[in-house]
Amino acid sequence: MSYETILYQVTDGIARITLNRPEVFNACNEQLTSELRAALEHAANTEEARCVVLTGAGRAFCSGQDLKEAPEPGSQRDLRDSLQRRYNPIIRLMRQMPKPIIAGINGVAAGAGLSLALAADIRIMSTDARLVEAFIAIALIPDSGATFFYPRMLGYAKAFEFATLNKPISAEEAYRLGMVNMLASPRAFPRALEAIARRYAEGPTQTYAYVKMLLQRGMVATLDEMLQLEEEYQQRAGSSEDYREGVAAFREKRSPRFVGR
Amino acid sequence: MDYTCIRVYRPDHFRGVGAIQIARPEVRNALSLRTMEELVHACEEFERDSTVGCIVLHGDERAFAAGADIREMESATTVTMLERDQFARWERLRQIKKPMIAAVSGFALGGGCELAMLCDIIVASDTAQFGQPEINIGVMPGAGGTQRLTRAVGKSLAMELVLTGRMISAQRALERGLVSRVVPVEYYLDEAFALAEDIASKAPIAVRLAKESVGKAFSTPLEQGLEYERKNFYMLFSTEDQKEGMAAFLEKRAPIWKGH
Repeated sequence: MSYETILYQVTDGIARITLNRPEVFNACNEQLTSELRAALEHAANTEEARCVVLTGAGRAFCSGQDLKEAPEPGSQRDLRDSLQRRYNPIIRLMRQMPKPIIAGINGVAAGAGLSLALAADIRIMSTDARLVEAFIAIALIPDSGATFFYPRMLGYAKAFEFATLNKPISAEEAYRLGMVNMLASPRAFPRALEAIARRYAEGPTQTYAYVKMLLQRGMVATLDEMLQLEEEYQQRAGSSEDYREGVAAFREKRSPRFVGR
Repeated sequence: MDYTCIRVYRPDHFRGVGAIQIARPEVRNALSLRTMEELVHACEEFERDSTVGCIVLHGDERAFAAGADIREMESATTVTMLERDQFARWERLRQIKKPMIAAVSGFALGGGCELAMLCDIIVASDTAQFGQPEINIGVMPGAGGTQRLTRAVGKSLAMELVLTGRMISAQRALERGLVSRVVPVEYYLDEAFALAEDIASKAPIAVRLAKESVGKAFSTPLEQGLEYERKNFYMLFSTEDQKEGMAAFLEKRAPIWKGH
């Protein structure tokens, strides 16, 4: 499939998705959300892709919904439809995909664009980028998973403040608040993102998938349920090729070569 | 000079940066006399090279430098140590006028910690560990450890480290101002190169006098330091780069430095 609003390629175990409408700060129009979903589905189903990198072309990560295309107030098209059909499938896909997703926040991430970044598993952010809530400025609630992500990352009080006062969060602040995992200066950013992606692409992919599923479950489950799930999934992880390789490498004092199975 | 202990190169992708890697991984980059000799030589070469605006010194992921070469000192006497005068090389490094950044991953111990502190800025990977373990082999820091560490982290912590030989993590070093930033080990070198490139893109004479002036904060009383700063500030008004910099600012364009 060829794309027009995103760039997509799978090389060296990394599926790279770059939102590519730099002239509008990578705003999401109908075509972009549909292409993003297709690319994510492809990455999820392609064995060669052991991790996914989501980043933006040009100066922005993603400025959210393209307001030129937003449903007109009072028109037939409604926002519920836009979420059900376009955004929510993307967010569900990102959270369920059994592969690590790395958001490379190269520039501003606003509104639904911020939600996309927060739906990734790990975030690396350029020190000159900012996170902007944006929805409240046009009297909308934060969506695309934001009401789930904000309170879990920020706690209720800070989340409420962020979602109502609409003050941008700087990279340093985002790092301090735990919203992003790593910072890199703008000139080092592309290579930093590449280095982190490579780290995941060379890791025990299947075990990452178990970790991703279990940690999400752990946020809503009881201890007893998690202890049972750990028994089951440790048994599975322990029967992988990567477990054998990991133990062998440890004994032989060398770096393991994981294959993701 | 043929280098056998270090690797000298110009990193791709980063303009104006000269890089030196201490390359003796088999001894965790221990700083032998030869290594220091080569380091000084390479730094002095970069100092003369007008295409280099900032120098980055690094080791590998496991060690920046794990100390002096103990084998070289084990049987030394006071007299042979005096004659060897190994710290003369350190003095020459201190005379380098261009900014030096230490990119530290893994161990920076003893002489390694002192070498990092001799640099103007330390960028640390999240795996970096700093310490002055000389006390554990019956001596004490000899290349600036008691002085620079104390100025960087304060008396109490410096005493603790120097008297026990314990190490501190990158995070603790950041909290105490020993390093200016901590980044993941996966890209700490790129981060150091990016910082070096940024510095290398500034007006060279201003960078040089600014480095000298900040350095004075550690070697003079405040009044003298302020005077020194002011003279350097005024002196920059005789450079073309000052004219260019201010004109560019007012015209809202990027300056084009001439270097004089």
